[in-house]
Amino acid sequence: MNLLEVKNITIKFGGLTAVQDFNLNLQQGQIVGLIGPNGAGKTTAFNAITGIHKPTQGKVILEGRDITGLMPDKITKLGIARTFQNIRLFSNLSVLQNVLVGHHLRIKSSPLAATLHLPQYIKEEKQMIEETKELLKSVKLDDVQDEKAGSLPYGKQRRLEIARALATKPKILLLDEPAAGMNPQESQELKEFIMHIRDEFNLTIFMIEHHMAVVMGVCEHILVLDHGITIAQGTPEQIQNDQKVIEAYLGVETDA
Amino acid sequence: MTFELFVQHLVNGISLGSLYALIAIGYTMVYGIIRLINFAHGDIITLAAYFVFFGVGLFAMPWWLAAILSIILTAITGIIIEKAAYKPLRSKNAPRISLLISAIGVSFFIENVSTVVFGGRPKSFYSPEIFKGVIKAGGISIPNLSVIIPIVTAVLLIALVYLVNKTVTGMSMRACSKDMDTAKLMGIDVDRVISLTFCIGSALAAIGGIMWGLKYPQIHPLIGVMPGLKCFIAAVVGGIGNIPGAVVGGMLLGLGEILLVAFLPGLSGYRDAFAFIILILILLFRPTGILGEKIAEKV
Amino acid sequence: MTNIMRQNKTLKIIGVILLLGLFIYYAQNNLDSYKIRILNLCAINIILTLSLNLTNGFCGMFSLGTAGFMAIGAYTSAILTMPPEVKQMNFFMSPMNQHLMNLNAPFIVALIMAGLLAALVGFLIGAPVLKLKGDYLAIATLGFGEIIGVVFTNTQTITNGALGLKGIPQYTNLYWGFSLAVLTILGLMTLLNSSYGRAFKAIREDETAAQAMGINLFYHKSLAFAISAFLAGVGGALMANLLSTIDPTMFKFTYTYQILLMVVLGGMGSITGSIMSATIMTIMMEALRAVESTIDLGFVTIPGIPGMRMVIFSIILIAVVLFLKNGIMGENELTFETLEKAIQRFQSKKGRENHEPTRG
Repeated sequence: MNLLEVKNITIKFGGLTAVQDFNLNLQQGQIVGLIGPNGAGKTTAFNAITGIHKPTQGKVILEGRDITGLMPDKITKLGIARTFQNIRLFSNLSVLQNVLVGHHLRIKSSPLAATLHLPQYIKEEKQMIEETKELLKSVKLDDVQDEKAGSLPYGKQRRLEIARALATKPKILLLDEPAAGMNPQESQELKEFIMHIRDEFNLTIFMIEHHMAVVMGVCEHILVLDHGITIAQGTPEQIQNDQKVIEAYLGVETDA
Repeated sequence: MTFELFVQHLVNGISLGSLYALIAIGYTMVYGIIRLINFAHGDIITLAAYFVFFGVGLFAMPWWLAAILSIILTAITGIIIEKAAYKPLRSKNAPRISLLISAIGVSFFIENVSTVVFGGRPKSFYSPEIFKGVIKAGGISIPNLSVIIPIVTAVLLIALVYLVNKTVTGMSMRACSKDMDTAKLMGIDVDRVISLTFCIGSALAAIGGIMWGLKYPQIHPLIGVMPGLKCFIAAVVGGIGNIPGAVVGGMLLGLGEILLVAFLPGLSGYRDAFAFIILILILLFRPTGILGEKIAEKV
Repeated sequence: MTNIMRQNKTLKIIGVILLLGLFIYYAQNNLDSYKIRILNLCAINIILTLSLNLTNGFCGMFSLGTAGFMAIGAYTSAILTMPPEVKQMNFFMSPMNQHLMNLNAPFIVALIMAGLLAALVGFLIGAPVLKLKGDYLAIATLGFGEIIGVVFTNTQTITNGALGLKGIPQYTNLYWGFSLAVLTILGLMTLLNSSYGRAFKAIREDETAAQAMGINLFYHKSLAFAISAFLAGVGGALMANLLSTIDPTMFKFTYTYQILLMVVLGGMGSITGSIMSATIMTIMMEALRAVESTIDLGFVTIPGIPGMRMVIFSIILIAVVLFLKNGIMGENELTFETLEKAIQRFQSKKGRENHEPTRG
């Protein structure tokens, strides 16, 4: 069974059709890429999957359950987490606190239990902190755990955003341009990092990316969006050789 | 309710609505351009009324001169407020909440200084004879004022719409409210446009305040508070940032308030609550306002 | 934090509370009633400031409804604590609702009911408007405060309308005031340092991201709003049983502005900041009354200017927001650690001064 099925979603804003008949089938463990020129509708598609926009038409089905139009927090609880194109960290909170927030959605203690420091809450808090520290270690941010998130260098902020999303214990991770602004070495590390977290946390990854080296190196399957329409999809080799894609997006051979 | 009585109420409602509209325009223009609810706008009304009061009472000016000076002084006050209390926060890119708090502080300041300087006891607003007359037509008596106010409002509105839509200045104002940063890049002197916005908004409020004093001749330092709140609500109801919207909102609130009291006199104590109830309803069912546009947030 | 460190901190907090208790015992028995009244107001304002700071400072919502919730709390407590004979005397214009006439309860019950009723109304009002952004929420909550005032003025048989209520038993004393203040402080400290507190702060930092991390905005905002309303209701109740007289015009937005100033001055997002600013400002407000009566400096007499107090206040509000935009404490807390470090630094500086030879 497909883990995630996106069936024919169309997203219109007034008279503008941002995404037209978008289809996606994600299987457990896959790393799938979404590429296309700026303004093609990639983030809009993400937003429809994660509940920020309700698709004008079409359905989003997670593990057989229709999640179309549910609130974003509900969808995250059901197992889809994401990062943002323009990093959205909680800047004034520490690194540790940022990731701790990611654990909050599964809390069982009530606010009263938390205020009264009941044993059930103390246990939960302890566990959240332990898991957070583990997570920070695996993304190599444990040395800065008390720093304010907003004060971190760009590359670490990106890792932190991913760690925070991982704290929600997702089944599917949506990454929006994780390699933006990275130099070749950082993107290489990112490629390894993505494959590592896919294996370690049993994830399925769907990512938007412009960095062709990263996309071609890590994605098993790629969709190409242009002006809201899926103009091609296939393996990296197929995409690289697709005439339509080259015309619309890849252009002449350059270092992406 | 007789027909004559109804017409009188209708006219009364239209004149109140016009006053609300004039003041609401000031709110909507300022919000449209710098996304700030100028809490102090309502208190500007009070100042304008007092300026006229002192012009006539203390300096023995003819009424029309006092009115003109009051409008000028009030407009200047608006610009000063912007430069002293809002601009420093804008340039420091302070969070919007700081701007709001500053606006509240300014409002508070004006109210309290007025109380100290003018005294808290209500004073009688002087109104020239022409405004006191009554038109009688077939059993209906309509105060001159109730006809003059809507006409003045309509004239000002036409002038404003012309300014905003047909002049270069108006175009820069519209550009700034659509996208401040791009307007700056296009070489528009944004600070000047903002000052102009405050100037026009305050001048309109001043005219509104003076006519308010004519309609309700007892003035005291807090007369601007309730109208201020209601006129902001009117601006929101009509679609914040939208000038015709402010007029629609103002008329709706003014007419609604008068007709509520007319048809349901038992609820007249809730007259002031009417505006707030309309606000809650609009925010629930059509938050962008009657004529407003949806602004999508880019995620 | 290790267990030993946690135990140490708990001991220190208990120590502070004991000291406070001793101080209050002394004060209640030895200070004149004017000073006691000021201390009571301090306690009430601490509760109110924390109530507003919870929503505005910690959760990022801009609520201006404090006065409205205070009114609900005040009237609830008044009606519950006034004996029937006193109520009879008050409602001479139109008789009071019979059920309410016979209601009577001990102070603790009245306080809890005041809070609960305010919280309930808070939730009902809040539910529809909490999704509004900053400016709109401010106006909506301000409007709600106004509506409450208007409603209370018009419900003659319940609230005695514009005449207000007189003769409310003066149950509020330093013990009540400060124990409730301490409870509020401790409760908020634990809540805001818990996972829920982090959720509030996350909403403040970036709502969209918070929601994307699975945080239900409606639930958490309603929670903060309801707790805040509860506290404001309790504050209003304490006020009613302190002043003994209340009427609908007392709880106007002027009061909310004053509390807002205390929140901003102390630092939006700092509990200790709020405690400090509420205390400082309450005392200052009384001290400034001097400005309103004539000051006799011996060689010159400055005439008192009524209303000058409030002018100075508004100037302070604007000045704080222009120049000290994070208030005294910003988002930081005055912890035992910071105090101890400050003392250590002071001591080592003194030590150095004593040991350094004076330079020629």
